[in-house]
Amino acid sequence: MELNGAQIVMQSLKEEGVEFLFGYPGGAVLHLYDAIFQQDDVKHILVRHEQGATHAADAYARATGKPGVVLVTSGPGATNAVTGIATAYMDSIPMVIISGQVSLPVIGSDAFQEVDMVGITRPCVKHNFLVKDVNQLAETIKKAFYIATTGRPGPVVVDIPKDITSPLVKVPFKYPKKVSMRSYNPAVQGHKGQIKRAIDLLVNAQRPIIYSGGGVILGNASEELIKFTRMLEYPITNTLMGLGAYPGTDPQFVGMLGMHGTYEANMAMHESDLIIAIGARFDDRVTGKLTEFCPYAQVIHIDVDPASISKTVKVDVPIVGEVKPVLEHMIELLEEGKKRPNKKALEAWWNQINQWRAVNCLEYDRESNLIKPQYVIEQLYQVTKGDAIITSDVGQHQMWAAQYYPFDKPRRWINSGGLGTMGFGLPAAIGVKLAFPDTEVACVTGEASIQMCIQELSTALQYKTPIKIINLNNRYMGMVRQWQEFSYESRYSHSYMDTIPDFVKLAEAYGHVGMRIEKPEDVRPTLEAAFALKDRTVFIDFMTDRTENVYPMIEAGKAHHDMKLRVAPGTLTDRELA
Amino acid sequence: MRHMIAILIENESGALSRVAGLFSARGYNIQSLTVAPTEDPSLSRMTLVTCGSEEIIEQITKQLNKLIDVVKLIDLAESVHIERELMLIKVKATEHTREELKRLVDIFRGKIIDVTSTSYVIEMTGSTDKLDAFMSTLDPAHLIEVVRSGPIGISRGEKGLHL
Repeated sequence: MELNGAQIVMQSLKEEGVEFLFGYPGGAVLHLYDAIFQQDDVKHILVRHEQGATHAADAYARATGKPGVVLVTSGPGATNAVTGIATAYMDSIPMVIISGQVSLPVIGSDAFQEVDMVGITRPCVKHNFLVKDVNQLAETIKKAFYIATTGRPGPVVVDIPKDITSPLVKVPFKYPKKVSMRSYNPAVQGHKGQIKRAIDLLVNAQRPIIYSGGGVILGNASEELIKFTRMLEYPITNTLMGLGAYPGTDPQFVGMLGMHGTYEANMAMHESDLIIAIGARFDDRVTGKLTEFCPYAQVIHIDVDPASISKTVKVDVPIVGEVKPVLEHMIELLEEGKKRPNKKALEAWWNQINQWRAVNCLEYDRESNLIKPQYVIEQLYQVTKGDAIITSDVGQHQMWAAQYYPFDKPRRWINSGGLGTMGFGLPAAIGVKLAFPDTEVACVTGEASIQMCIQELSTALQYKTPIKIINLNNRYMGMVRQWQEFSYESRYSHSYMDTIPDFVKLAEAYGHVGMRIEKPEDVRPTLEAAFALKDRTVFIDFMTDRTENVYPMIEAGKAHHDMKLRVAPGTLTDRELA
Repeated sequence: MRHMIAILIENESGALSRVAGLFSARGYNIQSLTVAPTEDPSLSRMTLVTCGSEEIIEQITKQLNKLIDVVKLIDLAESVHIERELMLIKVKATEHTREELKRLVDIFRGKIIDVTSTSYVIEMTGSTDKLDAFMSTLDPAHLIEVVRSGPIGISRGEKGLHL
C-alpha cells in the first residue's frame, strides 16, 4: 500500500485504535486535516484552544487507561499545547502529541509560525521526535505510542514538518506490529529477593502503613492493592493522585495524606515503624519537611521508575517493577507463608489510629447560613451516589473535592496533581464524557480556575457532552487567599478579581443552562435538578462562604505531626475580612 | 566527590542536548563533557565528569538511564580506571625562555608541535592532575592560548563498556 505522509499518520492512528483526536488546525497541519476529512475511523474533536485539546486528551487517558492523542499546528499551536503536555508529564499520563512543523528546508530560518518544538518540550516529555524522512513516519509513531504507554507512562511529542505530510510524496506503508529499542527496556517484574525481604519486614511491623499513589491507578493494580491491604488488615492512605485505587469508604482507609491530608493519615505516617510506598513518589506536598518525615519508619518502595526510588526519601527495600505483578507476587508469598502480622500490635495500632480519627478533622460548620463549599461536595456525592467521574481544577475546591467525595473506584478522580494546572477541569470533563457518555461527569471548579479555559464551553456544546460544572464561587483565588491569610498577615494581594462575569448568562450565551445558588437549602434541590437534565451541560454557580479555608493543613516546611486544624468548627469562618 | 560517567548514547541529533538539558534542569554540575562517535557509527560515547554526594550521583545515573537515547552507562569512579586528557598550549617562546620551555615539555613528556620565532604550540596528554601540574610550571604572562579536551576514561582489565 502506498500512502502519503498525512495518510500514514491517520492510518497509523487507526491501527493504534485511537478513537478521538483532540486538535486545532493551522498552516503546518493542513495536509493532515485534509487526510482527516477523508476518513471516518478517528473522530476529530475541535477544541477552542490547544491547551484544551491537551487537557481533554489527558483526561481521556486518565479515565480510560488508553493514550490520549492531540494534533496541533506549529508555532503558537505547539506552544499553547505545552502547559497541557507538562501537566501530563508531571502525572505520568500516556499521551501522543502530533505537532506540525515548518517544512524541512526552512527549519532554523525563523520561518512563519516556527518554534523549536522538540527543544521547547524536551524537559516536559518522556521523549520527543522530529520526523525528517517520510519513510520513518510510521515507525516513529509506533515508537511514540510504545514509549508513552509502557514503563512509567508519559507524553511523547512527534513533530512533523509540513513537507513530510505532502500529498505529492507517496511511500510504501506498513504499520509495524511492534518495535523494540535497544535503549529502552522498562522493568516489569520486581526483584524476587527484595520482594521476600519486603514481606519479612511487613509481617514483623508493629505500626505499619500502606501509602499508595497514582502508580496503582496507572498500573491497573487496584484489585491487587485491595486484596493485599485486606490480607494484612493494615491502614492505608492514598495520595491525591492515588484516590480511588482503594475504596474511599472502606474502614481501613484513613484518608488522603500530605498537606491537606487527614489528621489520622498524617499522624499514622509520622508514628509508623514501616511504610510501604506503592506507586507513589514522595512528592513534597506529601512529605512535608523531609528531615522529619516518618522518623521511626523503615521504607519499602515499589515503583516502575528506578529514578523515583531514594530521590528524596531514603528507601530501605527498593523494588523496581510494575505495581501489578509485584503485588501479585507479594500476595502469593503471603498466601504461602505462615508468618502473619502480630495481632496484638496491630490492634494497639488501630486503637491509636482510631483515637486520631476521633478528632474528626474534616468536620466543619454545618449551621452556617452561608453555603459551605464542603457541603456542596457532600451533596454532590449524595446526588451522584458516589458514582460520578469528577474532574477538578486547582485550588481549594480541588482539595475539598478530594476530601469530601470518597472515590470507591479508580479512574474516577481526574485532577492535575503534579503541575497544578488551573484550567484543567473543564476540557478534562469533556474528554472524560466523550469516553463515557453514560456516566455522570462533574467538573468541580472555582470562579478563577474556570475562566482559564472557559472557551471550551463551546466545544462541550458542539460535541454534546452534557457535563455538570460545580463552580464554588468565593470571589477569591481561594488557595492564594488562604496562604496570604496564614503567611502574609491577610494582605490579599491580587487574590481577588474586581469583576467576575455573570456565569449564568455566560453559560446561556454558550448554549448551556446556567444556575446561581446563594442559600444552603437550595444546594441539594439544584443539584438534583441539574443532574436530571441528562442531555444538557449545566453550569451551577454556588456563591460560597468567602472566608472558608482548607483544613487540616501542613504549612510549607512543616512535618506531618505539625498540622493546622480547624480551631473549633465555625470560628474561623466568622472572622471579618479586611 | 568527583565521578566520571561514560555513556553510550544513540548518535542522533538532539541526543547531546537531552543530556545537557537534564543537568541544567535538575541543577547538577558538569565539570567536563566530551563526545564523539564510536566504532559503531550509530552510537556516540560521552564522557562526563561531575561531582556531588553519593545520593546526587545515584540520581544522576538513574536520570541519565531514563533518557530514551541513553543505551548504557557506567560510573568509572566505581572501578579502577585510566583517564587521559589532551591539552594544546600556545606560549610565547622568546630567546630567554625557549630552552627552559623545551626542557619542561620533555620532563612532562609532552611534544612541541608548532614552532615560530616567537611561539611554541605544546601538546600534552595525561591525567587532569598532570596537566594541571604542567600548567602551574608555566608563567601565566607567557600563555597565549590553552585548549583542553576534557578527560576521557576507560576501565582497567578485560571488562568494557559495549553493547
